[in-house]
Amino acid sequence: MSNEPKRRWPDMTLFEEVAPSGAPSDIPTTRVELRVNGETRAAQIEPRLLLAHLIRNGFKLTGTHTGCDTTNCGACTVLYDGQPVKSCTMFAVQANGHDVTTVEGLASSEQLHPIQEGFKDEHGLQCGFCTPGMMLSAVALLNENLNPTEDEVRWALSGNLCRCTGYQNIVKAVLWAAEKMRGDA
Amino acid sequence: MALDEIKIGGLGASRRRVEDNRFIRGKGNYVDDVVLPGMLHMEILRSPLAHAKIKSIDTSAAYAIPGVRMVMTGEMMAARNLAWMPTLSYDTQAVLATDKVRFQGQEVACVIADDPYIAKDGCEAIVVDYEPLPPIVNPTQAMAADAPLIRDDKIGQDNNVIFDWAVGDREGTDRAFAEADLVSEISMHYPRSHPSPIESCGSIADYDRSTSKLTVYMTTQAPHIIRAAVSLVAEIPEHMIRIISPDLGGGFGNKVPVYPGYVMSILASILLEAPVKWIEDKSGNLISTGFGRDVYLKGQLAVRNDGKILAVRMHTDSDHGAFFADAQPSKFKIGLMHSAFACYDIPSAHLTARGVYTNKSPGGVAYRCSFRVTEAMFFQERMVQAAADDLGMDQAEFRRVNLVKDDDFPKRTPFGFLTDSGQYEKCLQIGLDAIGYDDFKKQKEEAKARGRLLGIGISTMTEPLGAGNSREYDILGIKMFDSAELRVHMTGKAILRTGAKTQGQGHETTWAQIVAHELGIPAEDIVVEEGDTDTAPFGMGTYASRSTPVAGAAVSMVSRKIRAKARKIAAHLLEVSDEDIEWELGRFYVRGAHDRGVTIQDCAMAAYSNVPDGMEPGLENNAYYDPPNLTWPFACYIATVEVDPETGVWDVLRLVAVDDCGVRINPMIVEGQIMGGLTEAYAMANMQFITFDEDGNCVGSNYMDYLLPTAWETPGFELHEVVTPCPHHPIGAKGIGECATVGGPAAFVNAVIDALKGTGVRNIDMPLLPDRVYEALQTGNDISGHPPVKTD
Amino acid sequence: MYPSRFNYEAPTSVEAAIALLTEGNGEAKVLAGGQSLIPMMKLRFASPATLIDINNIPGLDSHGADADGTYRIGALVRHADLEKSTTLPDHLPLIASAAHLVADPIVRTRGTFVGSVCHADPQGDWASCMVALGGSIVAQGPSGKRSVEVKDFVAGPFQTVLAHNEIAIHAAIPPATGTRAGGYLKLERRVGDFATAGVALALDMAGSTVNNAGIGLTGVGAQTINAHEAAAALVGSSLEADAVENAARLAAEAANPRSDHRGSADYKRHIIATFVKRLAANVQRAEAQVA
Repeated sequence: MSNEPKRRWPDMTLFEEVAPSGAPSDIPTTRVELRVNGETRAAQIEPRLLLAHLIRNGFKLTGTHTGCDTTNCGACTVLYDGQPVKSCTMFAVQANGHDVTTVEGLASSEQLHPIQEGFKDEHGLQCGFCTPGMMLSAVALLNENLNPTEDEVRWALSGNLCRCTGYQNIVKAVLWAAEKMRGDA
Repeated sequence: MALDEIKIGGLGASRRRVEDNRFIRGKGNYVDDVVLPGMLHMEILRSPLAHAKIKSIDTSAAYAIPGVRMVMTGEMMAARNLAWMPTLSYDTQAVLATDKVRFQGQEVACVIADDPYIAKDGCEAIVVDYEPLPPIVNPTQAMAADAPLIRDDKIGQDNNVIFDWAVGDREGTDRAFAEADLVSEISMHYPRSHPSPIESCGSIADYDRSTSKLTVYMTTQAPHIIRAAVSLVAEIPEHMIRIISPDLGGGFGNKVPVYPGYVMSILASILLEAPVKWIEDKSGNLISTGFGRDVYLKGQLAVRNDGKILAVRMHTDSDHGAFFADAQPSKFKIGLMHSAFACYDIPSAHLTARGVYTNKSPGGVAYRCSFRVTEAMFFQERMVQAAADDLGMDQAEFRRVNLVKDDDFPKRTPFGFLTDSGQYEKCLQIGLDAIGYDDFKKQKEEAKARGRLLGIGISTMTEPLGAGNSREYDILGIKMFDSAELRVHMTGKAILRTGAKTQGQGHETTWAQIVAHELGIPAEDIVVEEGDTDTAPFGMGTYASRSTPVAGAAVSMVSRKIRAKARKIAAHLLEVSDEDIEWELGRFYVRGAHDRGVTIQDCAMAAYSNVPDGMEPGLENNAYYDPPNLTWPFACYIATVEVDPETGVWDVLRLVAVDDCGVRINPMIVEGQIMGGLTEAYAMANMQFITFDEDGNCVGSNYMDYLLPTAWETPGFELHEVVTPCPHHPIGAKGIGECATVGGPAAFVNAVIDALKGTGVRNIDMPLLPDRVYEALQTGNDISGHPPVKTD
Repeated sequence: MYPSRFNYEAPTSVEAAIALLTEGNGEAKVLAGGQSLIPMMKLRFASPATLIDINNIPGLDSHGADADGTYRIGALVRHADLEKSTTLPDHLPLIASAAHLVADPIVRTRGTFVGSVCHADPQGDWASCMVALGGSIVAQGPSGKRSVEVKDFVAGPFQTVLAHNEIAIHAAIPPATGTRAGGYLKLERRVGDFATAGVALALDMAGSTVNNAGIGLTGVGAQTINAHEAAAALVGSSLEADAVENAARLAAEAANPRSDHRGSADYKRHIIATFVKRLAANVQRAEAQVA
């Protein structure tokens, strides 16, 4: 466990700009509090804010990406109470009291998660845009099954689209990580 | 001692990628990740109709929404002369519609607001009054005598034809056809498809009034072209524009054109004096941005009874949408379609091509196409398949009879290109052996007896990469060279910048490998940057698989310039004359005294501390490379499939790929490119296309209708390698990025058609959807699926 | 990509949710899995004034057999729960065989079985299964609970008979009258695609004789189709070739598909018939293995 202080946002805690008085009527907002990568975070938000946008624009964790508008591509996949979820298809308010893991939560400060090592070693990524979501779906699979077959890997990842790799190396990356995790277990 | 090239990450090393370090941590820097202080957000309102007059636009309700800062319409842009902009093909394109809309999804207005949610609220509140006009959805309708005029904005345009173009030897071809034993004819449509990188397009325009400088973060594969285009369109001097293309979530040609959204965000930033971010949603991307293909072919081969092809005749009708916006070398209206049949020894050929406007989004040259070489090679291999079948000859044998032989190079292709190297037959044979060709044919016959339909399809091709030499190639008059700039620091570390722009191809990793090869500096000591026009040397960007052939060559050349200077420094340090200096990887030494030497790092330090008299200090240079010719990689793809006769569903049994792309810089990355391309080939063959109904409604404007295969459907690929170095490229590399997308689709389609052999079916248009295959099986008729799609 | 504004409530009891729906007066919608509703809201095809999130209501997330053999699936049971259940295949082989075909693996962790039936998409898989099984939706409103058979529950595309202030609290599948057999086949061009056509076949067998049958059709009409004549044609048979052929033909006739970019109406009817035959063959093969 590193001793370095955690970065806070905003940089100055002495002030925060708010709407001027006489501004048009307040839009109803609600407070949410959730654990993101093990850390409790809170925000005051509108109900219509998508979870993906709270993560990206609210908490500045931009590793979670948005790639479509019909819940198909899976680039926004995060772990929600340990299960893979498309964060573009949940409202942030729903996450109140829940646990979210994003790609930024995979590595500890010294050590990459085996899935990250596997993706690099087996050339499981090219442009990197689908990669965070793809890795989290893979982690969810490996958390349940440390010895998946190739078919099981392909099936578990069939909710994440990739345009660059053709999936073959992604499958190899997941099997690489599985083997490492079996060895360390 | 010479360094071990693989150990230092030189050519041939499957070096793990530098860019991965940030991507796997979620620390990529894509355009939507960039946040500037005071940034506003823009959303675009798009036309629901394919062809309609705009009678009025009422933006008052949008302005009433708190948080909406500005609404822009075509009228506003016209007042600033910005409603229309030039395209990369010498046409004009609407930025925001003024008189009418010409395709479903065309930009009609945009809203800039405090956040994208409010901007979307604003778009929803705009009221547009349209008067529908009859839409045109295919070339036949476009060319009909009574067809409505789409481009009534263009003076002198009185029909929907954009161009008529021809190339080749008409007389020689006609003579050959007259003498042929057999004429094999086939028609088909290569449907509209979309590159659809997972990341859509977007920009953040930031005009700073205090410095008069415009900075634009943009999803662009060609930042320098964009800078020139923006300068032209926005009338801002070139040196006051900075285009930054950061990490890109894929490109595939989709991120080459100048899109209206970019222009709108720039004007909005100027007017609002704040950064304006526009991030396109996937629907906007699919319905309006640069698609690929949409070409109809009528093809004929004149053949002799022994299988020799005597001549090729092709006519293409291409559907360019509402504006002619193809990004391609200006001399060639239908791209490099005439590179078809380059791998075959055929005496004469003739191509006629017509391009038309339709009420669809503009484009045609994109999607890993190498400038319409995807169409060329698909048509080629489909025509070859048909001719072999018509003649009753084995597919492999027919190709063997016609493939250019190894000692025929250099060789003029039927349409006049010059190919220079290859081992075509060897590649074909490796493929046939790997797939077990003769065994499979037996299996096929046995299976047929039991009612099962198996098929095998071959696709062989060589394609022109690395456009291109300045005599023949330019875009809007700018020549298609590329560049590299290398600076070596005093401790022997270096920074390299090029005019290319990686979108996942791994340039940060591979360019350093070329420098390592030339200079012996370990690849990990070299940082590579691309994409910022303020720092990168001018280049035409990355598309058409041109980066290894052109920018890669520039990297090699600049490294050699550095080595030449370092050599002189070495002579000075070793106190001998230049002629007595020898080089081995990483080190200069005295001829005859191998132990007396200096490393390249010693030379670097000396460049800053101990240069010979009369020499400038420092160790840096640049190179602009005008490629002498195109490069010609070759590929043989063979697919085996099984078709379910009851449903028309087909599955891939195996896919064997034999690729000869010359010297491979990073074998791991080369294989990644091939597998990605084969997946796109499979996608187009199996499920992926954009089509239209008779009202011009786009079917395929979201991921529910535009189908990308998942890991579940995508087959596995077996890759094989042949290396025939490129004779004119400094490191013998040819490029690979698009080969599999170019050559792959025909392998799958040929395999399915082969499975249907005996039914009389010669063609099913891509994608070979189950219902099309089933209908073909039932009727014995060819299936053409061109729009409009039939609906109840 | 960006939904309209709405008010958000997260009640912790069914009664509170009903009260909120009543207050909403038709402008409020229930949010369970959200995997159908939220995409529609993002495209602004749906803009409810209030969303009532029922995910915090306890007691709705279990599934299992009651003492009398009725199988109950609570409103918050996710597709993934059904896909991964080790006990479900013994009770409901049809549901078990369909579970992994719904949407994609990630959507399945959130989307709910009951929510999918209430969404009433003609291309929804679960409504077809429920129709085949003769299942019902149990709804609760201000005046109490009522049970509606799914074939009467779906009133048209994306329409059900639920009142604006009723919530579906669970699905109920009646006890088997024999050994359950059956399965689900769906033609989709890739994972996550809407069905080109799908068939749910539910049989109750006494030995090798069918004593009860149900067939639901996906994607071939303005709503889920109950191919009851086709199902009736199987009752009393031992799945002989001519009985199955007859049922397949009747099922195809019951279908009312549109021609579109997924295929012609004739093709879709043909797929329905083919799948009925294949499902019957699968049942016979499974029987033969057991024997």
